[in-house]
Amino acid sequence: MSPLLQANDLACHFSVRRGGGFPTKTVPLKAVDGVSFSLAPGRTLALVGESGCGKSTTAKAVLGLTPATGGTVRFKGEDLPKEGTRAWQRLRRDMQLVFQDPLAALDRRLPIGRQIEEPLHIHGTADKTERRATVARIMEAIGLKPHQAASYPHELSGGQRQRAVLARALVLEPSLLVLDEPISALDVSIQAQVINLLVELQERLGVAYLFISHDLKVVRQISHEVAVMYLGRIVEHGDPETIFTAPAHPYTRALVSAIPTIRTTTRERIILSGDPPNPIDTPSGCPFHPRCTHAIDRCRIVRPELAPTTDGRTVACHLAHAPDVKAVA
Amino acid sequence: MEPLVSIRNLTVDFDLGRRVSRALRGVDLTIGRGEAVGLVGESGCGKSITWLGILGLLSSRAKVHGEAWLDGRNLVGAPVSELERVRGKRIALIFQDPSSSLNPVHRIGRQLTEALKLHRGLSGTDAKAEALRLLDRVGIPAARQRVNDYPHQLSGGMNQRVMIAMALAGEPDLLIADEPTTALDATIQAQILDLLREIREDSNMAMVLISHDLGVVAENTDRVAVMYAGRIVEQAPRERLFDRPLHPYTRGLLNALPDIEGPRKALTAIPGSVPEPWNHPAGCPFAPRCDHAHSVCHSELPALARRDGHHLAACLRADDMLSRMRDDLSEAEPARSYA
Repeated sequence: MSPLLQANDLACHFSVRRGGGFPTKTVPLKAVDGVSFSLAPGRTLALVGESGCGKSTTAKAVLGLTPATGGTVRFKGEDLPKEGTRAWQRLRRDMQLVFQDPLAALDRRLPIGRQIEEPLHIHGTADKTERRATVARIMEAIGLKPHQAASYPHELSGGQRQRAVLARALVLEPSLLVLDEPISALDVSIQAQVINLLVELQERLGVAYLFISHDLKVVRQISHEVAVMYLGRIVEHGDPETIFTAPAHPYTRALVSAIPTIRTTTRERIILSGDPPNPIDTPSGCPFHPRCTHAIDRCRIVRPELAPTTDGRTVACHLAHAPDVKAVA
Repeated sequence: MEPLVSIRNLTVDFDLGRRVSRALRGVDLTIGRGEAVGLVGESGCGKSITWLGILGLLSSRAKVHGEAWLDGRNLVGAPVSELERVRGKRIALIFQDPSSSLNPVHRIGRQLTEALKLHRGLSGTDAKAEALRLLDRVGIPAARQRVNDYPHQLSGGMNQRVMIAMALAGEPDLLIADEPTTALDATIQAQILDLLREIREDSNMAMVLISHDLGVVAENTDRVAVMYAGRIVEQAPRERLFDRPLHPYTRGLLNALPDIEGPRKALTAIPGSVPEPWNHPAGCPFAPRCDHAHSVCHSELPALARRDGHHLAACLRADDMLSRMRDDLSEAEPARSYA
């Protein structure tokens, strides 16, 4: 099956001012630095990592909301048109975005029915009764009651608000939904409702998800593929079960081991020292080497490329590809 | 042994002008010396309000009633001068977002020495030396240079370490950690929780860990209290609560939680949502969302009662649950499914 979305060596570099002085110095900030992935229709790819690793920037670049400074994005086999052009607007109909905080994403002064209808308006469904019928259909599919179309966001609970945001994103029947931390702002009992809803909607509508999250437990529940990012690059990519049960990259290993659990577990906790480095001056060689307990001389000099391993995933780590990897793990 | 803090029938009402909203509906809780107690529940359940109310940190619109005993004195309704001697000195607080709790225009060293002066009467070089020791204690590298930094020069994890150092300045008997790691990344969260554990081991400081993350609470506390709609609905030693929860709400929370290990299965969400404080149901507040509710649950309010050893639950059907659980136990090893 041909991929729905394909990113090839995608890069987003910004130039930021550094320090004081005159004239001001600008330095490049490599938010995303050579990210490649592909997403098949009706599947879910999760991008995980800590804040500042570039996962949200990747999502925005994929939609054309942040200009990519390098690489290509292909959607349904065609290059992504320039932001703001007619062609881009037509394409955006088919790719929608959902953010973390539903209350911030909704207009407080409009009833949610009107807000769910708005995309139809923008993308030119002229007939009013047809628009209303579509809204009623999507609201039912998403588990909102018809009378709630007249409710304002503050009258709804957190879960219902996120449903309204999802309804608005799905009303145009897009084939790709980019979800940027869609459940992080919700309470535990509501999170489960929304996770189940997302899984169910995907089965029913065949929509593909690019799912951005820092919560590995949620990611495992929802995704078919996982890409772990660190400082603007993918460090490990593959099947969630493989990655979470036997992480190969030392960063993934630390990330997985840091998850607090209610189980009595025998897992060893790896506590990384220090903070993720500043994306302005990324370390030479492997960007993770200053925090890595296994780093060897080569890691400080040569940056490891993402390469396939025998079990079907790709890992960017010298040690994971070394023959003595078992001794390290 | 006499508990460090004992709270009895604590209520908090917010006067909203047209109506009074009851945020806390009678909380009973004791904290022993050196004990780590977890307080879990969803947003708005009253887990933070409990402590803000006791320490007089709520706005004047909030009316706090009930008792909170510390060393034979009731803190509820105590004069401000007395509360000031407790806040930071006996009971210290750290919050979710460290950068908004620190003063952005003062160097962290100055903020620390201010706390030391207030609580321990230290000044000059003594205060500076102690500030350095504290920064060192909370694992800030190159503390000597860092004392002259402003909060914006430090990362979120480092700022939270500074907050912890400030909380330790008064050598408190009890630390209230209100979602201390929620704003931090996973690997940094692990660092901070590790630090808190280490400090508690050294100093025998008690801790109340407020969190919505059951995993964080399970790994860092001795005893856990679950709150729902302004009340404690279940309280038990940690293993007991997570292995054999009694209250349907606790069971619901645990079933709604995705896991990183074990088989991947569909989550069981709790239907509906938390009742609004002004639209509180009669009877058990959880009854409208509860699978096990009988008609009596909709009219009678269950009290937080002792069910089995140190296990307390506010549920009219808890004894049924308990006997069913015993049957299950005799048949097989404790099942991980709580439904």
